[in-house]
Order: sequence, then C-alpha cells, then structure tokens
Amino acid sequence: MDILSAYPAWLITHGAALLVVLPLLLGAITAILPRERLAWIVTLIVTLICTAAAFGLLLTIFGGETQLYKMGGWDPPHGISYVIDGLNTPVLLLISAMAVLCTIYGLPSVAAEVEPKKRAPFYGAFLIGVAGLLGMVATGDAFNVFVFLEVSSISTYVLVAMGASRDRRALTAAYRYLILGSIGATFFVIGVGFLYMETGTLNMADMARILSDLGGGSRAALIGFGFIIIGLGLKLAMFPLHMWLPGAYAYAPSFVTVFLASTATKAALYLMLRFTFTVFDPSFEYVGTVLTYVIISMAVLGMLLASLQAIFQTDARRTLAFSSIAQVGYMLLGVGIGTAASLSAGYLHLINHAIIKGALFFAVGAFWYRYGITRVEDFRGLSKMMPWTMGAFTIGGLSLIGVPFTAGFVSKYNLASAAASNGWWWAVGVIMATSVLAIIYIGRILLIAYFQDPPEVDGKVVAKKEAPLMMLIPMWGLAILSVVIGLNAYWMDRAADGAAQVLLLGVGG
Amino acid sequence: MIDMILSNPGFIIILAGVVCALLPVSQIRKAILLIAPIFAGYMIYTATKDMEAARFAVSVGGQELTLMRMDRLAMIWGYVFCLAGVLNAIYGFHEKCKITDSSALIYMGAAVSGVFAGDFLTLFIFWEMAAISSVMLVWKGGEKSFPAGIRYLAIHVLSGVLLLAGAVMYGRANGGDFTFGYVGLENPGGCLLLIAMGIKCGFPFLHNWIQDAYPKASITGTVILSAFTTKLALYALARAFPGTDLLIYIGAIMTCFPVFFAVIENDLRRVLSYSLNNQLGFMVCGIGLGSELAMNGVAAHLAADVIFKGLLFMSMGAVMFRTGTAKASELGGLFRSMPYTTIFCLIGAGSIAAFPLLSAFVTKSMIITAALYEHEWIVLAMLLFASAGVMEHSGIKVPYFTFFSHDSGKRVKEAPVNMLVAMGLASILCIFFAWPWGGYQFLYSLLPNPEVHYSPYTGNHVVTQMQLLFAAMFAFALLKRIGVYPDEKRAEILDFDWTYRRLGKNIAIWIDAMWTRLSANVGRLRKRFIDSASDKIYHMFSPAGALSSAAPSGLPAVLTGSMLVLTLFVIYLSRL
Repeated sequence: MDILSAYPAWLITHGAALLVVLPLLLGAITAILPRERLAWIVTLIVTLICTAAAFGLLLTIFGGETQLYKMGGWDPPHGISYVIDGLNTPVLLLISAMAVLCTIYGLPSVAAEVEPKKRAPFYGAFLIGVAGLLGMVATGDAFNVFVFLEVSSISTYVLVAMGASRDRRALTAAYRYLILGSIGATFFVIGVGFLYMETGTLNMADMARILSDLGGGSRAALIGFGFIIIGLGLKLAMFPLHMWLPGAYAYAPSFVTVFLASTATKAALYLMLRFTFTVFDPSFEYVGTVLTYVIISMAVLGMLLASLQAIFQTDARRTLAFSSIAQVGYMLLGVGIGTAASLSAGYLHLINHAIIKGALFFAVGAFWYRYGITRVEDFRGLSKMMPWTMGAFTIGGLSLIGVPFTAGFVSKYNLASAAASNGWWWAVGVIMATSVLAIIYIGRILLIAYFQDPPEVDGKVVAKKEAPLMMLIPMWGLAILSVVIGLNAYWMDRAADGAAQVLLLGVGG
Repeated sequence: MIDMILSNPGFIIILAGVVCALLPVSQIRKAILLIAPIFAGYMIYTATKDMEAARFAVSVGGQELTLMRMDRLAMIWGYVFCLAGVLNAIYGFHEKCKITDSSALIYMGAAVSGVFAGDFLTLFIFWEMAAISSVMLVWKGGEKSFPAGIRYLAIHVLSGVLLLAGAVMYGRANGGDFTFGYVGLENPGGCLLLIAMGIKCGFPFLHNWIQDAYPKASITGTVILSAFTTKLALYALARAFPGTDLLIYIGAIMTCFPVFFAVIENDLRRVLSYSLNNQLGFMVCGIGLGSELAMNGVAAHLAADVIFKGLLFMSMGAVMFRTGTAKASELGGLFRSMPYTTIFCLIGAGSIAAFPLLSAFVTKSMIITAALYEHEWIVLAMLLFASAGVMEHSGIKVPYFTFFSHDSGKRVKEAPVNMLVAMGLASILCIFFAWPWGGYQFLYSLLPNPEVHYSPYTGNHVVTQMQLLFAAMFAFALLKRIGVYPDEKRAEILDFDWTYRRLGKNIAIWIDAMWTRLSANVGRLRKRFIDSASDKIYHMFSPAGALSSAAPSGLPAVLTGSMLVLTLFVIYLSRL
C-alpha cells in the first residue's frame, strides 16, 4: 500500500481514538470561537483529518488487519475498546467524508440559513455530532454506544432547531425529534441494561461470547434484544417508527438535512447490524424469528407505503425524506434475508444511498439557496435556471430509481438477485414495484423541471442563476461518484463483501 | 484494418456505399456501383482457390467473430449477389439519386457480408444492416411508401432481434459456440432462429411485408430489393436448417397459396411479389428435403430466380417508368410501343414458368425430382400445382395484360437504353443457364455438391413439362374465353395481413365501443369505486392524509411502544 506508507504512523495507530476525540474537543472550542469563518476553517480541518484517518484505517482493513484500540491502555472487558474492522470502517469513512463535503457546502449555505451569531455554535454542534456518530460506530463497548448515540442525537436536535430562522416549523420538528429520539435512546439503554444483567459485561465481544455460551441466553437477553431492536429501529427510521424523520429533514438547514440523511440513519443501521449479527447471532431462534417476521415485514411495508407517500408530497424535501424511509426498507430487507449476498447488498445500498441522497439534498438545498423554493410545483424550468444543479439532481434521481450504470442500480440489482437466489421472488417483485414508484416520484420532479418553462415575475422570465461553486463541488462530486460506482463497483463490492464477512463470522471474541 | 476490409468481399461493397454517400458526382457513383460488385465477384473467385486461407476472424471483447468463411454454399450465393448487383447498377444508370446509390451498395454489401459470415453474431450485424439500408429504397417510392417502409423496418428489426435472441440461446446451449452452421430445432434457440429467418424469407402468414413494401418502392428500388433480402434469409435457412422436415411442408404451402392471390391481383408488381413468394417456396421446400440433389436444386434455382425475377421486375419497372403505372387494368397493347421490353419480359416469363431452354427448367426440376426421390407425394403434387400456377400468373398473366390484351391506347417510347441493356443481359443469362450445350453444365459446376449428377434434358422431363405448361395455357385460354378468369380490376385484395392490420384494429375498435357502452351502465359504479379508492389513497398518503398528519408526539410514542410489544410477542412465540 503506497498511500499508507505516506501516512504518519500515529494517524493509523491512534486513528480510532483520534476520530472521536478530535472533533469532540474541537467542537467545544469551535462553539465559542468569535468568528464564523474561523469556525468554518477549524471544522473543515478537523473533518479532513478525520477523513484522512478513516481512509488510512480502511486501507489497513483492505490490507487484511483489524485493530483493537484500547482506550487509556485498559484491557477489555474492563476498559473501553475501539474496534476497527471491515464492518465499521467504511461507515467511518462515509461519515467523515460526508462531513467534509457538508462543511464545504456549508460555507454559502449556513451563511444563508442560520442567524449570524449562531453560526459558530452551529459548527461546534456539528463537530460534536460528527464525534458522536464516529464514536458510536467505532466503539466496541455497548454502553459507550449509548453515550455517543446521545451525544450525536442531542447535537442533532440543536442543529435541526437551527433551521428556525428559515422556517419556524423547524422548532416543532426538532421537538418531536427530541422526544422520539430520547425514547429510542432510552429503549436502547434499557436493552443494554438487560444484556448487562444477563452477561455481566458491557464489552460487545465479551457479550457475544457469553451469549453464545448460554445458547442465546435467558428471558432477560430476549427482552434486551427486543428493546435494542426497537430503539435502534426508531433511530434508523424503520417504518412505522419513522415519524420524526420527514419533519426533521424538511425543516432543518440544508446542510443538516444532507448530513442527517446520509450519516445519522446509516450509523444507526450499522449498529443494528452490529448487534443483530455479532453481539447476538441470527442462529439464536428469537433473533432469526425477529429478522424474518418483524424486520422484513416492516422493511417491505416501509418500502411500499413510504414510496406511495413520497409520490403525494408537495414539498421536494419531504418527497426525498419519505424516499429515504423507503430506501431504509431496502437495507433492512437485505439485513432480514440474512445471507452473505443479501447482507453485502444491503450494506452496499447503505453506502450508495448515502451518496445518492447526499447529492439530491445538496441540489434541493441549492434550489432553496438561489430561489427560496422547496415546493415541487415551484421547480418549473429549473433545468434552464440552474442547469448544473439540476443536472446533479437528475443523476442522483436516476441513481435513486436504479437506472443501469448508476450506483442505485448496482445495489438494487445485487439485492434483487440475493432475494431471488434465496427463492424470494415476491421480494424481487416488491423491489421492482417500489422502483416503479420511485420513477413516479422522481419523474414528477424531473418533468416539471425540464418540461415547464421558467416562471415569469413582472413580465420577465426569471434569470438564470447557477448555484455557487462551493455548492456545486460537493454536489457533483457525489453525482459523479454515483456514476463511477455504477460503472465499476469493485471497491464498493469489496468493502461490502468484507462487511458481510465480518457479520457472518461474528466478531470473534 | 485493411486486412479486415479485404477479408470479406461484402465489406468492399459497404465501403463503396459509404464513399457513394459522400460523392456528389452521379457518373462516378454509377461507375462505383458497377465496379464494386465486379471487384467483389473477383475477390470471391480468388477466395475460392483456397477456401481455408480465406477464413478471417477477429476477437472482440473475448468473443471471436468469424468475419469471413468461404465454402461452396456461400460461394454461389456470393456470385449470384454480385451478378445481381451488376445488373441492378446498369438498370439504375439513368437515375440520379445519391440515397438510392449508396443504400443499394450498403444493402448489397450487407447481404454479401452476411453470406460470408461465419457466426451468428456477425450474421446478426449484417442482417440488421441489410434491413436498415434497404428501407431507404422502400421510402424512395414516394409518399405512399412511408408507412409501408415503417412496417417493413419494424418487421425486419423484429426479425433481427429474434435472430439475436435465438443465437444467444443457441450459443449458450452450445457452450458459447456461435458458429453459423447446422442448428436444427432441438434447441429452443433454434426455433427462434427459424422464426427470425422465416419472417425474412416470407413464410406463410409472415409474408405480408413482401407484398406490402416491394410494390410501393421506387422502380429501381423494387428491382434491388427483390434480389437480396429474402435470398439472404434463404441462405441462412440452407445453412442452419437443411433437412428439417417442417420446412418441406412450409415450402409446399408457400408455393401454393400465393398463386390464388397472384391470379386476382391487379397491381402487376404485386403479382410479381406473390410470385417471388411462390418461388421462395420451392427453395424452402428444397432445403427441407435436404438431400444433396435438393440442395443443388436450391442453389441453382436461387441463381436462376434472382435473374429472372429481377428481369420481370425490371420489365415491369420499365413499363412503369414510361407509363407511370403497373396496374393491369390500365395497361395493355404495349407490345407495339415497347417491343424489346416485351421480348425480354416474355423470356423472363418463360424462365419462371420453366419452359425448356429457359433457366427454371434446369433448376426447379431438381427440387421436384428430389421430392420425387423422397416419396413426398403430397408435396410433389403441391409443387406441380404451383408450377402450373406460376405459369398462370407470371408466365401468362403478367406479359398478357401488359403487352397484349385489349389496347390501352398508351403510346410510349421504348424503355431507356440502360434498362434494355440490363434486361438484355438478364435475358441472355436466363437462356445461358439452360443452354443444353455447355450452359447448364457451367451452372451445375458451381453448385454446392458438384459430384451429384443430374441431367435435365431427358425426353421424359421435356414432355412432362410441356404438358404441364400447355395445360396451364389451355386453362387460361379457356377461362378467359368463357369469361370466368378474374378480370383485371382496381381492387384491394385481402391477404393475411388483413387479420393484423384490419381485423385486429377493428376488434380493438369494437371492444372500445362495447366498453364505452358498458361503461355507460357501470360508469357510475366504476367512478364511485375508483374515486373512493383514490380518495382513500390520497387521504392515507398525501401531506394532508392520515399517515402524514403532524400528530402530537404521543402517537408515535404509543406506536413505538406497540412495536416493542409486537416484537416481544414475536420473540415469545419463537420460544414456544
């Protein structure tokens, strides 16, 4: 690995801790910085360092080694350990890279959407949110997961509420999110409590070992599992626990929406994978049953109903929000089927969807930035007014539908073939049907943008006004990435297969 | 690259066609039009000296494409196509049309390349290229030809798609071997291939595009079209399905049914299109028989057919060029003004009817004899009936109504010199192919199985054939005399395409009308149902709907609790 040799050694050896500690500490400092531009630069540098560290860690993973980082040198199970393996490293990279892109995008966007005196705290809250997400993905300790889950959630509530200067409804949305998010976190911690009661440890690897020794554990473990699934299900917006999501996505600042859509639910989904497959084991009867009956039925219901709901939305951001709930259904379907191929496909869809939705929400944010519009019917003639932004939106939309040569096609195809090879033809049918629904809700927006003339104000056609470069760069970066993945998904497949392998082998003590 | 272009004679012709598309000077184009097929013919000649060395393959994306494969079956087809190309070039000399020139060359080149293609994928490429380039010739026929051209294109693209699908299925069943050789019907891919070829070859019920498009093409266009498309399909059949019994019966039916349509049809170019179909039937039947003699007969009859059918289309084209019509009801008595054309047309008519000393006599009889050897009595009877029918509609009807019959009063000039030269050459070939002293022996020496001996000029054969022909003539005279013979009338005749162009449409219209009537009664019910359903969907999913209402946080909390209860219940059940 050539690139790896260019890394300073400490960035790799302490990378796991650095990822969490650096944004956490600097987040607090950023919040009290006097100038917003300074705060922005600090944020950018921190997220860039995190991305570099995550990338380096991913390279070591591809090199075939996993890392067990012991916080403060305390051995697990007593100390807190961070695990760097094939399952969480791609998610770490995803979160930190999305954070960088969001920060770049944020320079014009935050200036437009957040009150001046709140901008430095905004970046501070953002960094703490990043730290929380990275922490809950990196850690190997169940209680630590809860801590970081709360860290990230609380900062996210704040971030969503910052949208109030743009739309006052952000306050109620944030409040709802707060109530429901707290319920979810509480359920999760109750579940962890039950597990602690059963196993006497908080280290995940230790829990897994003891649970498998017990053959699945007693009633306490069962109830703990139920609480954990529901708690995480709420966090990852599993249907019908998604109620907090549309409001939060629609009224948060564009920056936050992108970040939430492409990282927060993904991190929660990662945790569900981690707990279901490596702490518990699908071979335990109750885990298998829940996967087959609860997870899959909710996945399918979510795919169908949320897609239908997306069709009827008048607000483009809400359309995309409901589409996210439907896409979570795809990932859960992959989880529920539980074969190597389906897990890999679901995991791939997790990453691909983050990229696709990121591009789409970036574009929608740019529409608001230039013209102050979010309603679908106001998108008339946007292809002429903002051709580049609309171009990125189109690529993202096609990818979301699953048109060949886009990222969405790769993961949907993999998922469909995984379902088919399991003999679940009805699931293939559902995937096709929801893709058709996606054609409708994306096509509806594209039709209006491309085939209707730009509106006239005072007898003059609205002038062309392209989004600023700082918005176009991250937007097109993701759009191009989604096409590149569609053309050659080798690295993605490799990462996803690596993750599926970790899931099926278990964390291995 | 140059290797590749020089590997297959067809590529040269295609290249010439591309050059022609860019050349503004008509004379140079005409020269190219004439020289390209001659050069291609010479290339075939050199390639036949060492058939193995002529083979040429390239590897594209891991798939080997055999661009050139030479054997005796391909050889005669190649020669015949080049010969037809030369005649067509001379015939079309007067016409200054860049599109016709270049598309004719590309079309011919595609046909020749297809003949020398060694695998199905290469064949598919040229199969489609021939279809797309030839539709230009149909469209050159004026306004009426546009929809016909669209139908022509649609059906040929369909044929190409079926060919590709069949080839892929066949190739997969064969372990990735796409060699264009014997296929047979054991494999489902084989059936698709047969249908693809059958469409292009004008199998019964798949034949309508011939009579639809050919009469509507331009004058030279029809002549060019008649030579290649169906013959390429025939070659593919001869390659992939020799000795397939099904083809015997398909061929026999193909020879018979056009007779009836041809007898009552008024448009003489359409009559010739039916007779084209009928001649193809003989060859398809021969392929079905599949014996060495039959395959020889197919190849020989192909050579004869391309020439005499071309000759007949040319003569009708010349008449149309001068009078502006090819309708039997508007023609008649033209022998006075167009004597040479009359003679050439009679030679063509005699050839197709298989008069002794004219080409079909030495070729068609091989197929019929092969049927006799195979003891296919019913088929034999059908072929004989069809032979008499050919005499009826092509041998007598076409020249009679054009040049004799009642005088239409039209006094026109003789056909242009270049047309006369082309027709004259074709007539000489018609006679040469059947010339008992060296002529037919030469033709026979080019056949796929030269070692099979067959001599056409036996007393028995001559007498039988003359009996058949005179009986047909007598029948025509008698029917005409007592006034039973269908008069030349301006009328549309219904063929099988009626079922899908009219019947299907009418059924759709009828169903629509019935539906409207029905919905008048159930309309209210239906409306109420759809309205309530869409209302429900809207109320469920829209932003104003139940699922989206911004319920207080209590509701989602309760929902979360119920989900937990549900999950715990499922877990509990799993432990039972």
